[in-house]
Amino acid sequence: MAESGWAGEMKATYREALNQALREEMRRDDRVFLIGEDVAYYQGAFKISKGFLEEFGSRRVVDTPITELGFTGLAIGAAMAGLRPVVEVMTFNFAILAMDQIVNNAAKIRYMSGGQLSVPIVIRGPGSAAHQLAAQHSQSLEAWFCHVPGLKVVAPATPHDAKGLIKSAIRDENPVIFIEAQLLYPMQGEIGDGDYTIPLGVAEVKRPGTDVTLIAYSKMLLVALEAAEKLAQEGIQAEVVDPRTLRPLDLTTLAASAKKTGKVVVVEEGWPFAGLGAQIAESLYRQVFDYLDGPIVRVTGRDAPMPYARDLEDAAIPDADQVVAAAHQVLYRT
Amino acid sequence: MASRVIMPKLTDSMEEGVVVKWRKAEGERVESGDVLAEIETDKAVMDLEAFASGTLRKILVPEGTTVPSGTLIGVIGESDEDIRGILAGAQPSAARPSAPRPSPAAVASPEEDKRASPRVRTLAREHGIDLKAVKGSGPGGRIIERDLEPFLTKKEQPTVREVPLSQMRKAIVRMTTQSKAPVPHFYVTIEVEMAEGLRVIEESKKAAPSSPISINHLLIAAAARALRQHQGLNASFAGETIRLFSSIDIGIAVALEDGLIVPVLRDCGSKTLAQIAEAERALVARARGRDLSPEEYTGATFLISNLGKFDVESFIAVILPPAAAALAVGSVREVPVVRDGRVEVGHRMMLTLSCDHRVIDGAVAAQFLQTFKQALERARDL
Repeated sequence: MAESGWAGEMKATYREALNQALREEMRRDDRVFLIGEDVAYYQGAFKISKGFLEEFGSRRVVDTPITELGFTGLAIGAAMAGLRPVVEVMTFNFAILAMDQIVNNAAKIRYMSGGQLSVPIVIRGPGSAAHQLAAQHSQSLEAWFCHVPGLKVVAPATPHDAKGLIKSAIRDENPVIFIEAQLLYPMQGEIGDGDYTIPLGVAEVKRPGTDVTLIAYSKMLLVALEAAEKLAQEGIQAEVVDPRTLRPLDLTTLAASAKKTGKVVVVEEGWPFAGLGAQIAESLYRQVFDYLDGPIVRVTGRDAPMPYARDLEDAAIPDADQVVAAAHQVLYRT
Repeated sequence: MASRVIMPKLTDSMEEGVVVKWRKAEGERVESGDVLAEIETDKAVMDLEAFASGTLRKILVPEGTTVPSGTLIGVIGESDEDIRGILAGAQPSAARPSAPRPSPAAVASPEEDKRASPRVRTLAREHGIDLKAVKGSGPGGRIIERDLEPFLTKKEQPTVREVPLSQMRKAIVRMTTQSKAPVPHFYVTIEVEMAEGLRVIEESKKAAPSSPISINHLLIAAAARALRQHQGLNASFAGETIRLFSSIDIGIAVALEDGLIVPVLRDCGSKTLAQIAEAERALVARARGRDLSPEEYTGATFLISNLGKFDVESFIAVILPPAAAALAVGSVREVPVVRDGRVEVGHRMMLTLSCDHRVIDGAVAAQFLQTFKQALERARDL
């Protein structure tokens, strides 16, 4: 992974895209630093910070003890004092330990100080299930963060989006929760060349279609695209829309697609009750009720702790066939 | 006492009406019997008369608006009267005996209260579709978008798609119109027995499986032989002269995904069948790879277009100048043929020659085809 190899490269993995973007941001702005467990000497649990210690030194690439509440609080303080910390949580399951700092400090300091202080921090790491990490380490907790006013939440699905959005997150004046996925890290894709950003709060139509709208983000985007391919073989043209940023939600783009097709499926890996799909559906009902041909259908993870057994785990996570079935349902083709 | 002005039910079938024009303005004095407004029913435009005298205090429905019969559309009262009660009240009063007025409950009759998706209600409103006529196929008889399809006008789906011309398509347009309009075409068709040709092909497949002889190779070789004999077809109209070519340069139409190209096999007259086969394979492969230079696809003196693999019996080709003739080749078909009074299985192929009449006459074309046919039917000698 020679540094010089990055410039001009047009294909990269999600992992490389993040490495590249973080590196470019740290070169661009010396206030940006990375902090978390094993980010320096071990180069990150998932090797996102490969080569960082060598280039930026231990002052800007900071290994911490296993103390999420502590180092997140420390980083929030650093952000209030004018730095731009990027906190790596080994996975978002461990961010639960830091919830008090995230919810009560990162999200509220700007409000409670009357705008005198801001917290330009990025808290990033993988969410959602990988393979057989069991109930405590396979969770999709984006809805927890989306619930909190004062937080922005981003969940990119492609290397291109990951690079452009992490840059916008770092440059944002407010706390951004940036949710990646272990199973996305090795995924390859085209990425933009050099220093580009993708604004927060802007969705993208990943596949145009006319018959049904599939809304999906992060790993589930790939599931939705696979489902769209299957639907195309039946002559159903699905439009796949990726919100990319979950809060603030780009309702304009989602609503335009829903208005066009009149049939909407929302896919998420997380639990169904009070999940993100519930919010997306409610927002769409308010905006485009008169254009819907039937109830919005959600495809979600099962309402249970993630099983360890591989076959049960597979059964608990949405797959393309479930999305196809949901599309049939909104199209009244069951 | 204030009086309500209601959208009347002027005919039995009238469910709703349009306020076409208000003939009185807000604040204007109105006498009972004055024409208040013009109302369009499902049948005609009719005058709406005032049933009370006073001042037209309030117009509630603007011109051009459609409302169900029974809807409050205005209020007549004294100029200083408090009409807020009427404006706020939902129930129309029974104070107007001469105009039978359905209550809102009656307007929403059970059959109108059909279940329909929000999208269907919106589309029905936009397209003026009466949902009573629509049968619902959704859950519980819900009318869904699909049920409306027969009622929707086609305007939403464009039936025409404009595809920009590719450079190749532009060239095809230019070449074919430059040919078909000025060149006086005529056509001669002949049927050829291909049994021996097929045997030659089969044998070559066994002998050289990687590079067998194809029907096209036989066609080119036969054409070369026939053109040697009938040089008048290896020619071009040149205004004041007819140009006779010494080299037999045969163009082969090759279909591409977005058009076609006609690579030219040079000097076929001096090539053996094996040489023709080898040269054709290389040329067509490069044509499919779009790897030809312009001189490789221009200047054919004779053209062959073979649609045989598409199960075409026969067709007519357009001549591409400077060539004066183009041969259109159909499929080899198994057909019953009568030979010496007995029915046998024949392997027949139809050939149609398009000719530029300025250069070639019918008898010459027919003689050429005869030679061509004989050459093909004795494919072993090619």
